[in-house]
Amino acid sequence: MSTEAFAESAPSSPVVKKSFGDSTFVRVAKYSAIRLVTLMITVVIGVYLTIMIANMGGYVDTIMRNEIRQDTTMSILANPNYRNLTPEAKQELIQKKIASEEKRLGLNQPFAVRSMRYLTNALTLNLGRAINMTSDHGSKEVRLILLERLPATLLLTGSSELFLFFTSVFTALALSRKYGSLWDKLIITFSPTSAAPPWFYGIFFILIFAAVLRILPFGGLVDSPPPTNSFDYALNILKHLILPAMAVVVSSIFLSIYQWRTFFLIFSSEDYVEMAKAKGLPPRAVERRYILRPSLPNIISNFALLVITLWTGFTITETVFLWPGLGITLFRAIGFYDTPVIVGSTIIYAYLLAFTVFLLDFVYALVDPRVKVGSGSSQ
Amino acid sequence: MTALKKTIRDLLRYPSAIFGSAIIIALLGVAVYALVTIPYSEAVRLWRGGEDVWYQNPKYAPPAWFNFFSAKKKPVSFLTRTTDGSMTKVITPSSDPQIFTQEIGYSFDYIYDTPPQEMLLYITSQFEAKKPFASVRWITPDGRTFRIADMQIERDTTFRFSQDQKLQKRLKTEDVMRALFTDPNSSTGAVLKGQYQVAITGTVFEKDSNIDVEFVFHGDLFGLAGTDKYRRDLLLPLLYGTPIALAFGLLAALGTSLLTMVIAAIGTWYGGWVDELIQRITGINLVLPFLAILIMVGTFYSRSIWLMLGVTILLSIFGGSIITYRSIFLQTKEASYIEAARAYGASSWRIIFSYLIPRMVPLLIPALVSSVPSFVFLEASLAVLGLGDPVLPTWGKIIDDAWADGALYQARYYWVLEPAVLLMITGLGFAMLGFALDRIFNPRLREV
Repeated sequence: MSTEAFAESAPSSPVVKKSFGDSTFVRVAKYSAIRLVTLMITVVIGVYLTIMIANMGGYVDTIMRNEIRQDTTMSILANPNYRNLTPEAKQELIQKKIASEEKRLGLNQPFAVRSMRYLTNALTLNLGRAINMTSDHGSKEVRLILLERLPATLLLTGSSELFLFFTSVFTALALSRKYGSLWDKLIITFSPTSAAPPWFYGIFFILIFAAVLRILPFGGLVDSPPPTNSFDYALNILKHLILPAMAVVVSSIFLSIYQWRTFFLIFSSEDYVEMAKAKGLPPRAVERRYILRPSLPNIISNFALLVITLWTGFTITETVFLWPGLGITLFRAIGFYDTPVIVGSTIIYAYLLAFTVFLLDFVYALVDPRVKVGSGSSQ
Repeated sequence: MTALKKTIRDLLRYPSAIFGSAIIIALLGVAVYALVTIPYSEAVRLWRGGEDVWYQNPKYAPPAWFNFFSAKKKPVSFLTRTTDGSMTKVITPSSDPQIFTQEIGYSFDYIYDTPPQEMLLYITSQFEAKKPFASVRWITPDGRTFRIADMQIERDTTFRFSQDQKLQKRLKTEDVMRALFTDPNSSTGAVLKGQYQVAITGTVFEKDSNIDVEFVFHGDLFGLAGTDKYRRDLLLPLLYGTPIALAFGLLAALGTSLLTMVIAAIGTWYGGWVDELIQRITGINLVLPFLAILIMVGTFYSRSIWLMLGVTILLSIFGGSIITYRSIFLQTKEASYIEAARAYGASSWRIIFSYLIPRMVPLLIPALVSSVPSFVFLEASLAVLGLGDPVLPTWGKIIDDAWADGALYQARYYWVLEPAVLLMITGLGFAMLGFALDRIFNPRLREV
């Protein structure tokens, strides 16, 4: 496991090109543009695969057909011009309209052609309407249902991951200075506990802090009824955030510290670090300039991997803590067999992941001087 | 052989490796025991069974060893029947050759501080036309005798002590259990401890007629593992979940690491478009939300654990580790022994499978062992999401059932903790062994 962190650092063979674009800005812009195009193609293929998987059982077709049926029925029933028709005639009219609408949308076309249409819809976030679920504002638009949940997810992922990341990097840095100490050994001993996912620790935390001690809530985002003044409201949310965030942090902090510690130890045994120490530089300066700076690309790429792994792991943590984020929406959608929502959240996940990858690639390009156009996309 | 011996000797120097291996061996033992004692179809039948299979158990009963930790001893459930000889049955003929008396009895020591939940008699009989007759008595340790019931026996008769209205009237209380078990001389209504006896006198009126009795005692506690909402003995899923968890974890870990390695080796060896394709697929796979796809497959197609296993392997092959393997293979490819193999004309496949991959075994083994827990937990995660295998008893299913029933809100901690502790032990075992293996096979880690 820990070896992954180092292999990420294997430098891509640096192709040194002397050309007009030698300024950092141009280099980074070019690199980012290439990355963006690659990622976009990747996302398109990923979403297409998702649609293929979802449609194998004909579910996307069902979504479309249901939508057409509902829309045409509603429009004909609501139209005053058709009010005088007999029910049979109305039914016939509805069937005719549905048939023509299905033809218009290409549902009678072969799947290969149709899937392209689904792809465009998905990529433009035209996700259709939910079958059973509604957003808190009563909308059945899948896009609105999902966007409404995004802030809660970001609050949980953002707070816990940032805390996890910075705590482990700085603790590891401190530990690498005095390895072999009691704390160091303690961290090594505890690192196998990271084998369990966050929701698993969540169960224990709920048991201890909510069920037995009764000092923190079982789950949810705010109390019911929520506090009226906004300061209390924020405080209340923080109180609900403690347990899920703690579960996420505890589930990976020991392994994370251990890996970083090993990583920093390897970096601090380099000759130039010894040299800097011999020159008599203060330990802080050695750390900052000779250990942290060269390991920055690795730190960042590891951060990307962390974000990606944890993002997917939150479905269950949110479910266990009744945290109203994207994850629990997905969970409820499974319960309702609400296919548009399941497909929709898959697409949102794909987008968020791609966005994370891109953003971190961009930062990576900023800090890694080896990045050159032409060899940039091989990492 | 010597390499293996050396590895084992190295392993023995790590306490975590010894501990981890001990856990894994113990789990394997439990798995084999479960598979041998409970056949697959029987496990599924029991797990899917309702009241007809599990009627003898109380609902929501914590395990019997709870009494060790509590000052107030709660009654432990049991069951006794004439058919297996645990209940005595004495048949005495009378002057009429057609009439027999059957004395059926069972006495037990009651050492608990609270009365039980319920007692039941399941009486079965065989007869041609004349129904047998039975009278039931209850004898307390201080010698009092209660007349419980006198009844005609059908082919299947169920008698519930606390729901019998005649008995309630006779005892002048609705709380039959309290009336039968309290000490009449105690002012606080304490339970009288000592030897109780249930005695059934059956009279059959035909020569081949027979009565069999099953006495079911529902206490507050049950067995080694307790029971759930559906009266199922949790020992079954705890035992049978072991081979399933191990099989899922090991197969997924093995499949994923081996296939990843082979694909990485092929990619690096051939290079060019093969390598590029593999890298692009890895990129796409990174964007695909792993859990969401798994959830879709589970929702739309089938929740069978083996399908899930297949999809898991498929989605994990092109993961982050393929990048690691690739960069190491790139270095190995340039090694002189590979050049030598090329020079003597070895085929590409021979080089890949006989020279490149074996070289990676030291890296493969720790990674493989360390990745087992994540797959074991993945199975549990899927079950918690309601995507567990519908027919198999697994640890995750217990947690899912408990969670759905609000076990933690209602302080039924044993229900969640038992599978959770087993999951944790499994995870720890493999993680600790993997950790030690990592340090042995990658000496760079050992130095620091």
